Amino acid sequence: MSTSSVSKGCFVFKPNKVVVTSTPNSGKRYKLCQDLWDQIKTDTESLQDELNRSILDSLLDFTRKCSSTRQHGDWASQMRASEIPTAALVLGVNVPDHDMTFQSLSELLQQLVTPHVASLQAKECGGMKGLRVFFLRKKEPEQTSTETHKSMHCSLGILCDWYKSKTRKSSTGTPGKKRSSPVKDELQQPPVVVIFKDLEAFNHRVLQDFILICSRYIERLPLMFIFGIATSPSTIQNMLPHSVSSLLCIELFQSLSCTQHLATVIDKLVLTSHFPFKLNGKVMQVLISIFLYHDFSVRNFIKGVQLALLEHFHSQPLSVLCCKKKEALANVMELSQRDLERIRQLPSFRRYTEKQDAQEKVNLMTDDTHLKEVCRKLIKDLRKYHKNYYPVLRCLHTLTSSLPRYPLGKQIRELHLICLEKTVWETEEYQSAMKLLRMLAKDELIASIQRCCGTLKPVKSKKMMNALIQMEEILTKIKQLDGNITSPVKSLSQKKTDLFQLQKTLLEMNETRRTKKLSPFETVRNEALELIDGLVKSHLSPPEAQTLYEVCYYTSSATVRRHLNATPRTSIQAALSNPYHYLQNESLKTEDGSVSNAAPDICIAYKLHLECGRLINLYDWLEAYATVASAAEGNDPDSDTFGKVDEVKHARFIQAVSELEFLGFIKSTKQKTDHVARLTWGGC
Amino acid sequence: MIARLQQTGYEEDRLQRVAKLLPCRELQAGTLLSIMGQPQQYSYPSVFIYGHRASGKSHVMHILLKELELPHATVSCVECVSVALLFEQVLLSFFGCDAASLLPRSPSLSDFVRIYRQQCLEMPAKQTRYVVMEKAELLRDMDANLLPAILRLQELVEDNVTVIFLSEIVWDKFRPNTGCFEPLLLHFPDYSKGELQQILSQDKHPSYSAEFYSSYINILLGVFYSVCRDLRELRHLAALNFSKFCEPLAEGKVKESDTHKLWRNIEPHLKKAMQTVYLREVSSLQWEQMQQVEEKETGPLRGLSAHTHVELPYYSKFLLIAAYLASYNPARTDKRFFLKHHGKIKKTNFLKKNEKTSNHLLGPKPFPLDRLLAIFYSVVDSRVAPTASIFSQISSLVTLQLLTQVSHDDQLDAPKYKCAVSMDFICAISRTVNFDIVKYLYDFL
Repeated sequence: MSTSSVSKGCFVFKPNKVVVTSTPNSGKRYKLCQDLWDQIKTDTESLQDELNRSILDSLLDFTRKCSSTRQHGDWASQMRASEIPTAALVLGVNVPDHDMTFQSLSELLQQLVTPHVASLQAKECGGMKGLRVFFLRKKEPEQTSTETHKSMHCSLGILCDWYKSKTRKSSTGTPGKKRSSPVKDELQQPPVVVIFKDLEAFNHRVLQDFILICSRYIERLPLMFIFGIATSPSTIQNMLPHSVSSLLCIELFQSLSCTQHLATVIDKLVLTSHFPFKLNGKVMQVLISIFLYHDFSVRNFIKGVQLALLEHFHSQPLSVLCCKKKEALANVMELSQRDLERIRQLPSFRRYTEKQDAQEKVNLMTDDTHLKEVCRKLIKDLRKYHKNYYPVLRCLHTLTSSLPRYPLGKQIRELHLICLEKTVWETEEYQSAMKLLRMLAKDELIASIQRCCGTLKPVKSKKMMNALIQMEEILTKIKQLDGNITSPVKSLSQKKTDLFQLQKTLLEMNETRRTKKLSPFETVRNEALELIDGLVKSHLSPPEAQTLYEVCYYTSSATVRRHLNATPRTSIQAALSNPYHYLQNESLKTEDGSVSNAAPDICIAYKLHLECGRLINLYDWLEAYATVASAAEGNDPDSDTFGKVDEVKHARFIQAVSELEFLGFIKSTKQKTDHVARLTWGGC
Repeated sequence: MIARLQQTGYEEDRLQRVAKLLPCRELQAGTLLSIMGQPQQYSYPSVFIYGHRASGKSHVMHILLKELELPHATVSCVECVSVALLFEQVLLSFFGCDAASLLPRSPSLSDFVRIYRQQCLEMPAKQTRYVVMEKAELLRDMDANLLPAILRLQELVEDNVTVIFLSEIVWDKFRPNTGCFEPLLLHFPDYSKGELQQILSQDKHPSYSAEFYSSYINILLGVFYSVCRDLRELRHLAALNFSKFCEPLAEGKVKESDTHKLWRNIEPHLKKAMQTVYLREVSSLQWEQMQQVEEKETGPLRGLSAHTHVELPYYSKFLLIAAYLASYNPARTDKRFFLKHHGKIKKTNFLKKNEKTSNHLLGPKPFPLDRLLAIFYSVVDSRVAPTASIFSQISSLVTLQLLTQVSHDDQLDAPKYKCAVSMDFICAISRTVNFDIVKYLYDFL
């Protein structure tokens, strides 16, 4: 085997082709996947629009207000220095997520307030010139195309003239309507809005100059800025000196924090029986931890869900059943022989058959039509499970989210994760939560039960209706208690207090406590908790326990992690230390982590360099390499030429070393001649 | 009271009007007029005027040239990113559009001079032409030959032209080391308190008497004069707070003459304004709204600098902490902080006197990526795979300007960074992840 191809950089070893057999239902699966994704996409988009609405509305108001106050000509506004109205929009640290917000913002502005909106990005505006050119080009597309007058240098003066002609044209165009309404008058001078998408990335100097120039024209040109800020508003003060910031009239707009954003997305996308596709605990954990630990990006989270969706429909042939109830039931009837065999082999289904009696077992294993019938039933069960799971989850969350130290998590997603992973009522956290709930005061209990009722009300399922009725009964019971309950302390204070009687009552109280005679409220409270506990035990069992859960749940967390959280360095190290992993060539197969002699040069060089200290003597390295390489050529170890460095080996070694340097494992050093330094983290 | 401006060649009533429009600057205006001489006379080639912000430099020039109807071109140097723009503007205002369009695509100084001369033959100057360059200090950053050439523009174009530079910086800081033509220097001193009072009192509110407004200005200056002498800023503040001053008057509680009561009413308000709206912590619009609803006490309005909290992903926080430690700890102390068995380090050797406590005063030091990651992996409590997103977080921190890249962008190998956040900020961040950063800082050992 020749190894030179590796050093040429093209891998000729091809792994055995995986024969992709297109199953008959792959088309159907593809369509299901598409439909589901489209639905998820539209849902999340509308959700995001809704979340952004309030802040966008206030921004729009701000722009309108600014353009209208400008036209007042009273004394105060004459005396005031003319400041450029500026909206500082704080959006959170994940900059790529902002694109969508700005997109909808500029669309809204263009529709409702002004046709003149320009969005600037820092990377387009490196120098002053760039900034201006971009700024102008965005605003006057028609002018740059027609080139009415020869303006080789864009300047704000030209823009002013253009603006004046534009507004005059519109005012002469509608002379009759001019006085008809004040709104129309206001629109006579629509503001020119400049959006700085990523303020932090702008060059300070450029931004300062730009603001200085703009402030010279503010009298003639109703400019307005919107700063997109990723960190905190105080960056404005860090970036701009007082002489510049005094030209701005800054108002602050704070958007929803991204964690809240994620919570709503999870609430609407994951914690609902609306979508048949589900993620199991591990995948969920991976996606959430990528969000919390790495990027804070809701967009990436949704991308992750999309990836899981694609993978699920791609890798699981039984995912044809992962769709709406009616379709699923119909699809069951169309299952092929092979798919039925697959169902029989599902671990959850095997568990199910184990529990059946002998005759039924045989039937399930042999009779296809019977199996289809059972599958229909099981799918209905699965749907019911989901229908009840989420409302009960929410109920439990409303009860436990206000407990001290949050035994079951502060966010509903934490509770959801616990429920997905294990049987929740067996966990210690659940026990401690229940213990705490048993100490709830009356008003707290009433409030949380009322909230539970609120969450159960819209659910259309028999069991939940029953639960709702029971809860309402408990509520009325507690409220009835109000009338006849009189606490002993209260009655004590009403009586005449003499020492003897006090002693007596206190003794009595002690007595009752010892016998643990429960007060009526306590019995009702226990009753309520029994009810909740019962609900939890019957509906919050982990999905793994459900038969046919594999159809709806995507379980391969490793795939998701590999795709979303790539580890380039680990891959390179794996390739170098275990070339078989990628090349799949039998001759490279080794045990115990050693590298075979036949491995590519770079792998051998890498392996040898691992044995060295921080500084590597190049000559020693070459010697060691030559020995290994001659062994690979099958030379006789006792011959004279064994381990001798010839020109070819020398060249191969040098190439391998330079490749290692390129990959960032070593670098040249001036500390010692003929030595290279090992790097721990790579040059990256 | 108004000093008379005198210069032959100009109409008397015009000079009177100019004098009226330039309160407290009669002396400077007079000097300028005498330098300028009669309209048709040649004037000194270049005049350099310097004075602080809002000391009336542009205003005086503007009024003089406009009221006396002299041909002039006003150029702001901030606006002229390229010399081409500067030339274009000058030609445009002297000779009109056609001349400006004669300039080639990226004109040199000689192009400008050539075109100027051409145009000059067609339209010779009957009066002195003036070029006013505002914010002239920016000329220093442009081509090296530009400033000396403009200084002797009269000589180069052989025309009756005078260049007037307006700057906030003294001439000594301009002088190129190759030497140049020395302009006439003219200093505009700051307005004194009395002068400010006089100028500000002029823009009185139409519905109140002049004495009333003047007393208001007096109070305003009493509060603000110690921190701010910028006329524009003071005028702005006066306009913002005047309605509050008039409030008791409108309610009929006091008479116009009752200055003491008015003072008691407005003084705390102005002090508050000094801390908020003057620093632009609160925008003027918000300030005005606040005045209207103040009776209800909406609670203190939080200024811009009050919002310093930044939400960051978990590992970004640790990366930032690691960067801070790398920036403020000497590299040789890393062993002591991050190695479990660091062996014995001599205390005297470890605590070098001059090094201690000075790191935070000296500011952040650059560190290589390797060191950042090494510290990161030893401070973060869980095992973290070196994934691509860890590295991309470093570059996002750079775009957020929490870190700054010291080495050049193009250098891919071993980039160096600096941590650009304050001690308070990093303490707040490390508190959220339960990391006691002070224990790891060499300065606080």
